[in-house]
Amino acid sequence: MLADKDRIFTNIYGLEDPFLAGARKRGDWDGTKALLELGREEIVTQIKASGLRGRGGAGFSTGMKWLFMPKQSDGRPHYLVINADEGEPGTCKDREIMRHDPHKLIEGALVASFAMGANAAYCYVRGEFFRETEALQRAVDEAYEAGLIGDNACGSGYKFDFYIHRGMGAYICGEETALIESLEGKKGQPRLKPPFPANVGLYGSPTTVNNVESIAVAPEILRRGAEWFAGIGRQNNTGTKLFIISGHVNQPCTVEEEMGIPLKELLEKHCGGVRGGWDNLLAVIPGGASVPVLPKKLCETVLMDFDSLREVQSGLGTAAVMVMDKSTDIVRAITRLSAFYKHESCGQCTPCREGTGWMWRMMEKMVAGTAHVDEIDMLEEVTRQIEGHTICALGDAAAWPIQGLIRHFRPELEKRIAAVKAGNSQAA
Amino acid sequence: MSGHTETFEQPTSFAFSSKSMAAVQAIIAKYPEGWQASAVMPLLDLAQRQHDGWLPRVAMDYVADMLGMPRIRVYEVATFYTMYNLKPIGKYHVQICTNLPCWLRGSDDVVASCKRKLGVGIGETTDDGLFTLSEAECLGACVNAPMMQINDDFYEDLDAGSAETVLTELAAGGKPKTGSQIGRYTCEPAGGLTSLVHQAGDRAAKLGEA
Repeated sequence: MLADKDRIFTNIYGLEDPFLAGARKRGDWDGTKALLELGREEIVTQIKASGLRGRGGAGFSTGMKWLFMPKQSDGRPHYLVINADEGEPGTCKDREIMRHDPHKLIEGALVASFAMGANAAYCYVRGEFFRETEALQRAVDEAYEAGLIGDNACGSGYKFDFYIHRGMGAYICGEETALIESLEGKKGQPRLKPPFPANVGLYGSPTTVNNVESIAVAPEILRRGAEWFAGIGRQNNTGTKLFIISGHVNQPCTVEEEMGIPLKELLEKHCGGVRGGWDNLLAVIPGGASVPVLPKKLCETVLMDFDSLREVQSGLGTAAVMVMDKSTDIVRAITRLSAFYKHESCGQCTPCREGTGWMWRMMEKMVAGTAHVDEIDMLEEVTRQIEGHTICALGDAAAWPIQGLIRHFRPELEKRIAAVKAGNSQAA
Repeated sequence: MSGHTETFEQPTSFAFSSKSMAAVQAIIAKYPEGWQASAVMPLLDLAQRQHDGWLPRVAMDYVADMLGMPRIRVYEVATFYTMYNLKPIGKYHVQICTNLPCWLRGSDDVVASCKRKLGVGIGETTDDGLFTLSEAECLGACVNAPMMQINDDFYEDLDAGSAETVLTELAAGGKPKTGSQIGRYTCEPAGGLTSLVHQAGDRAAKLGEA
């Protein structure tokens, strides 16, 4: 178990003062100027060496992403865009950072922007997080007031502005190019890539979009050193991570733990275990709505990190762990997610626009048991037709939960269909 | 939305109040010159807040003209994002999350309780115009499930009874406690801290147990 001294988010529960005085006591804004004096290249090198992988779901190397930005400006400004459009079902970690540890995010934004030659960061916060936005804005105002950001950030001579932009309710805006479109005042529909945002992003300028958690951990990594962060967790899966555990555990909670903690340990140490005991576990969705479900058997030993979860054909995603005990109608549960993706498809690509609705209707038949048994294979086949055939990953995200269900719970689907059939022939 | 007949009246004019106007310049100034269209979302939100929580057509036109945008671009935005209400809405917009984490912990009971209490179905408004009931997709408070959002506030760790209590208090003109309804501070384990345990005293103080 991670020791408190290795925790980054030391006010995740908001038990201490979230604002500047409290933040300084926790070590935020300590020697920020010196961090900037490391220089652009060294900052990126350190972040890369720490092994930090993006905390928004895809798990791409943050340092590498920063490296993609042009070294020299061609006259266009550079931008950092922070993705705080936290909407992946099961996920509520960025919320806690913004309302309880906002200065970590602002300091991180300064450091990251400096490392990429950006003088402005836009933080896109989902609209429903109104109180969280208020807290973050208050912290931003404090930071300006104290000269930590602004025309001469931390006395470094570097100009840095931090702006908050509120979303207005669209899950798709968590996709980076949809987010950029939305920030430009348009419908949030993803852009084709290339060009990638690092070349043509916000306002036609080089842009990097990072998740809140990825940005917020950066200053602490630089202060303590890349080796410290890299020394936690496992190779290629380093550092600490906010885990969000919801559903059928005795005590759902958000907690910072080391990457690679065994799932079982996570649930038992912090969540009071599965409701009704471990043997009452049915399945776990380990990384937000988009990743495939794991049956209990795989939950016994799996480690909570990118590579371990990929090995079992699932994913770490946002580390939003949704636990389901044996009372759960697993088919109904996955169908609820299908309804969600149908609701949130932006309508741009045909396979997703039509496919999410089709899959949802088919899933409703699976719940009722009124599907034909051949339709299980047909449904699986359709998920493969959608996956990888859309501009963004929403199509994939809608396909994967169903694939996971069929992979691990096919007998349950067949049982329902058989039961309905038997009932029908009895009635006849 | 197609085929929908408007059964309410669209106002014929809209203008920002002097209070809203004071906010407008600060909002537009956040974005680089030539990119003032970025302000469309916050300005529509401002208009909606000024106009009893819903966004009439004239307000969209007003914002479009202010930002020099074609009106159709503003309609596109207003109809794309779910937080813009395109028809009149109750004073309190009760949005119950029914996505998976909330459903696993009893959001069906919360929905049933709110329907019973308010005497309306999903998407309907009470006769006194006080409450509109909606189902919402994941609102991002999953470790505090089930939860609902009412206007700008979250009410968390609900059950049928506490959801009803919140509505009763609002109906009586009160200000119910926001956040967890089960005596939890925020997103920590309900039974007590398993990390950052040195803050246990702070927690007890915050919860009034010290």
